[in-house]
Amino acid sequence: MKLHDIAHARTGDKGDISNISVIAYDPAHWPLIRDMVTAERVAAHFETFDARDISRYEIPQLQALNFVIRGALAGGVTRSLALDAHGKCLASVLLEMQVCSSK
Amino acid sequence: MSILRLGAGAGFQGDRIAPAVDLAERGKLDYLIFECLGERTIALAQQARSADPTKGYDPLLERRMRAVLPACVRNGTRIVTNMGAANPRAAAEKTRAVARELGLTGLKVAAVTGDDVVDKVGDFVLDETGKPASELGDRLVSANAYIGIDGLVAALEAGADVVICGRASDPSLFLAPLVHEFGWARDDWTRLGRGILVGHLLECAAQITGGYFADPGLKDVPDLANVGHPLAEVDSDGNAVITKLEGTGGRVSRATCIEQMLYEIHDPARYLQPDVVADFLKVNFEEIGPDRVAVTGGTGTKATGLLKVSVGYRDGWFGEGQISYAGANCVARGNLAISLVRERLAQTSGAIIEHRGELIGVNSVWPYTHQTANTAEVRMRYAARCHDAISAQAIGEEVEGLYLAGPAGGGGVTKSIREVLAIGSTLMPAYNVATTFEMKGSSHEAA
Repeated sequence: MKLHDIAHARTGDKGDISNISVIAYDPAHWPLIRDMVTAERVAAHFETFDARDISRYEIPQLQALNFVIRGALAGGVTRSLALDAHGKCLASVLLEMQVCSSK
Repeated sequence: MSILRLGAGAGFQGDRIAPAVDLAERGKLDYLIFECLGERTIALAQQARSADPTKGYDPLLERRMRAVLPACVRNGTRIVTNMGAANPRAAAEKTRAVARELGLTGLKVAAVTGDDVVDKVGDFVLDETGKPASELGDRLVSANAYIGIDGLVAALEAGADVVICGRASDPSLFLAPLVHEFGWARDDWTRLGRGILVGHLLECAAQITGGYFADPGLKDVPDLANVGHPLAEVDSDGNAVITKLEGTGGRVSRATCIEQMLYEIHDPARYLQPDVVADFLKVNFEEIGPDRVAVTGGTGTKATGLLKVSVGYRDGWFGEGQISYAGANCVARGNLAISLVRERLAQTSGAIIEHRGELIGVNSVWPYTHQTANTAEVRMRYAARCHDAISAQAIGEEVEGLYLAGPAGGGGVTKSIREVLAIGSTLMPAYNVATTFEMKGSSHEAA
């Protein structure tokens, strides 16, 4: 299944850094999300980021993860050529991640 | 005062005004707070001020003040805002003029200044360029420190009804009234951290009441069209309930609060602020009633003594063109259009710094997509950053040229250029930045 089925997410930006949260709808899915949504898998999912540029924070009582991705925004909102220069859509891209290949 | 009621009037420069009026009229607020400055807004405002010394503040300031001042005066609600942007004194003057026009005499309006550090930033190295700001030469437009609560609290203690600043850290706009009203010590890191948490939750206005949240079928938001702005009921220890006015649309839930708490904070245990390092790592949210969420567990540690400084500088010209293709084979025709523009630009222009072509509807948001869904239409977009305006103009012109000399069935060309105003950042010791305020009543004419 897709991460979108069990989690919601929000993107913010500061300069050239993207901040993406991932939050379980149901606390029962927290262990799966915690174990499957690693910095390495996030980097692989986006294809262009290096896991070394990703910091990952766990907030277990909220069943939430927070990802900070440096160099993610082509120079940042003020000079990026991207249509979505803030990277507001990146959380939705991340929710496309497959988290359980058996289903 | 046992419970302080803070409302969010705006979460960005272009925010909707009607929810702020509703809060002013029905919110029984102690403070109505407008956060209106994005990272680049103040650099744009500095350019406006350079062109006209009476400008450089938020273009919606007059409309917002006209809309909320009558109710705020009637209800004893004070206003704190960063709508001063690059010119807080002119913003205060305009606010006094609006008050006079509305017949509101005796309104005390304060302008807080000191965030402008363009004269001090030269030796500081920018994170983005790795070089001192002075090397930008005449490309340097602005430099503003994210100030904390000092000037804001001083203005409130002097009795200001409206406090207008430029660049301040967004949550500081909310922390200042809490410190002023509750008398929190400036080294009470726990309460300061909680005040920052309240401010951070409210500073984006509707983003905690159901805006930037709806995902139909999964995250539904009732009556989003009439979404209300949030308010917080804060006690003297800094614990709070986040809610919104009865009868407004949207929703306040554990989920909306978690999304907003993590928004743009980076390390949840170290949210760097001018007056405290806020720690949200142990925060919890509990739904205690309809659209009522209790917030607990915030704390903080000693401030770093360093202030973030945003530096605005001119960085070339941006040019763009777009054209639509529809029906069978539209993706292939869009891709052909991209390659034609790229080839023609390579023959004519050497002034392009970086460029990209993409198909909106296929890969404009995320170029690495592997989805190849059949699509009814695509919009080809070509964008470039160039050394000069003429080269930037050529981007849209080559897209327009596709009408007669491109793939079949291209329509609806748009093109634009603008100067690129980039933002860099650096850190400056807080002792280099002195804030102050000046206050006048609305009964005084402009000097």
